[in-house]
Amino acid sequence: MADRTLAGAVSGYATQTWAVADSELRKLRHDPWELLTRAVQPILWLTLFGQVMAHVRGISTGGVGYLDFLAPGILAQSVLFVAIFYGISVIWERDLGVLHRYMVSPAPRSALVLGKALSSGVRGLSQAIVIYLCALAMHVELSPNVGHAVLAALFVVLSSALFSTFSLVVATIVKTRERFMGIGQVLTMPIFFASNAIYPIELMPRWLQGVALANPLSYAVDGLRAVMLRAGASTFGVVHDLAVLLAATVVMVAIASRMYPRMTQ
Amino acid sequence: MSPDNPAPAAPPSGPDRAVVSVSALTRRFGPLVAVDGATLQVQRGEMFGLIGPNGAGKSTLVKMLTTLLPPSSGSARVAGFDIHTQQAEVRRSIGYVPQLLSADGELTGYENLLLSARLYLLPHGERERRIDQALATMGLQDVRDRLVGTYSGGMIRRLEIAQSALHRPQVIFMDEPTIGLDPTARHAVWGHVRSLRAAYGTSIVLTTHQMEEADTLCDRIGVIHAGHLVAVGTPRELKARVGEGATLDDVFASLTGAALDMRGDYRHVREERRGAREHG
Repeated sequence: MADRTLAGAVSGYATQTWAVADSELRKLRHDPWELLTRAVQPILWLTLFGQVMAHVRGISTGGVGYLDFLAPGILAQSVLFVAIFYGISVIWERDLGVLHRYMVSPAPRSALVLGKALSSGVRGLSQAIVIYLCALAMHVELSPNVGHAVLAALFVVLSSALFSTFSLVVATIVKTRERFMGIGQVLTMPIFFASNAIYPIELMPRWLQGVALANPLSYAVDGLRAVMLRAGASTFGVVHDLAVLLAATVVMVAIASRMYPRMTQ
Repeated sequence: MSPDNPAPAAPPSGPDRAVVSVSALTRRFGPLVAVDGATLQVQRGEMFGLIGPNGAGKSTLVKMLTTLLPPSSGSARVAGFDIHTQQAEVRRSIGYVPQLLSADGELTGYENLLLSARLYLLPHGERERRIDQALATMGLQDVRDRLVGTYSGGMIRRLEIAQSALHRPQVIFMDEPTIGLDPTARHAVWGHVRSLRAAYGTSIVLTTHQMEEADTLCDRIGVIHAGHLVAVGTPRELKARVGEGATLDDVFASLTGAALDMRGDYRHVREERRGAREHG
């Protein structure tokens, strides 16, 4: 029944990817409470941690105010915190049996993984909207440039996809919700603190700088800092940041596609 | 442990009547041999039952035939395709109703069917028509836009069967399709399974540990015990082997020296009770 041409294969792949993503988005529409509760934590980081640290003036941020410096970092952080626990829902689907239905379908495993990643990207965008509004209310000088906003959305979607797919890989290894909760906490801390999210990399000891430079979150933060703020500047270059995130996502999707079928064995 | 109908091995393709052809299929989990050298054929349009207690290897066998689990050794063809080297073709040709809950409770009945229609790449113009027809056949039109989480166990099972049949597969595998359902819901599911076969000539392979289900629904039965397929035949043949007035329970006891009611371990009890709660 499937079209055997290349165009047919591509459109089939897109349909199957969208089938997964759209189902996840429909669930969010049916029950948006999750999105609302997820918005609380980044707001608290900005209003509590951010306000206090802005007064301390102990962190050199290269000219911009600390709140301005922090806002893109908190956006990247909230994307990470939501995405990194994505694997829990995959384990839950396996425990129920919903995952079996995906796995017996003819959809390529990578389409199933990409569909999940895409839906995580949309969750990330909803976080971004909340944080933009909160930052605006706190007089962070946001870039008014529409092109910048589009780029920021791209950074958010890519890093959501990357970290949610990483989470899926972890889920295929640990396989139970209990173990995942523990591991999820352990993973979040180093990814967050060994990055430039809340302080510049130059403040770190040399060995930690190495870790931060190998950490994809640093590139998400760097790119967001350049496109989110009016006076934003990138350390590595926005194109470089995007390339790193895209490459990491491709590699992670490839790994996840191989590992995903282990969940239902 | 040779099954007692040693049909000749089917040719790899061609107009033979076997829709499922299994040859010495084996699956090990560490030292445990969950399925040990299973060999059997299921004919086109046939309703074939695998019976045995929980943990006998029924689900493992079905998982191999549905490409969820790679076999340790042996081979099988489903709809003419090799389960190991032609997984995509096998997947296009089969439907699967897992023992666990496979309909998504956070989506509506319609959305669950839409997901299936898209995953199986039903032509765009065909989707809505098939979905409407499936909902009507299963008596779910009135609840199509309700979240499946609010459905009764019998409604969920009907939806899952509709999903598994939406792309008109040649064979549908059903793992314990009526587990945890009350007698009324169970009989309704039986009726739908029968009409599915009548309408599309679909072959059906189902596992069950209820003798009544196997007896009333299946053309032929494979008895599986501790990983071994110990007998294959029609319910009448199997009962005749034990003696006059024998039930399938007697058949099972005489073949395995065990009562069918000897349920597995804690995990199986837990799964079954959870299933009963979710479906009931």
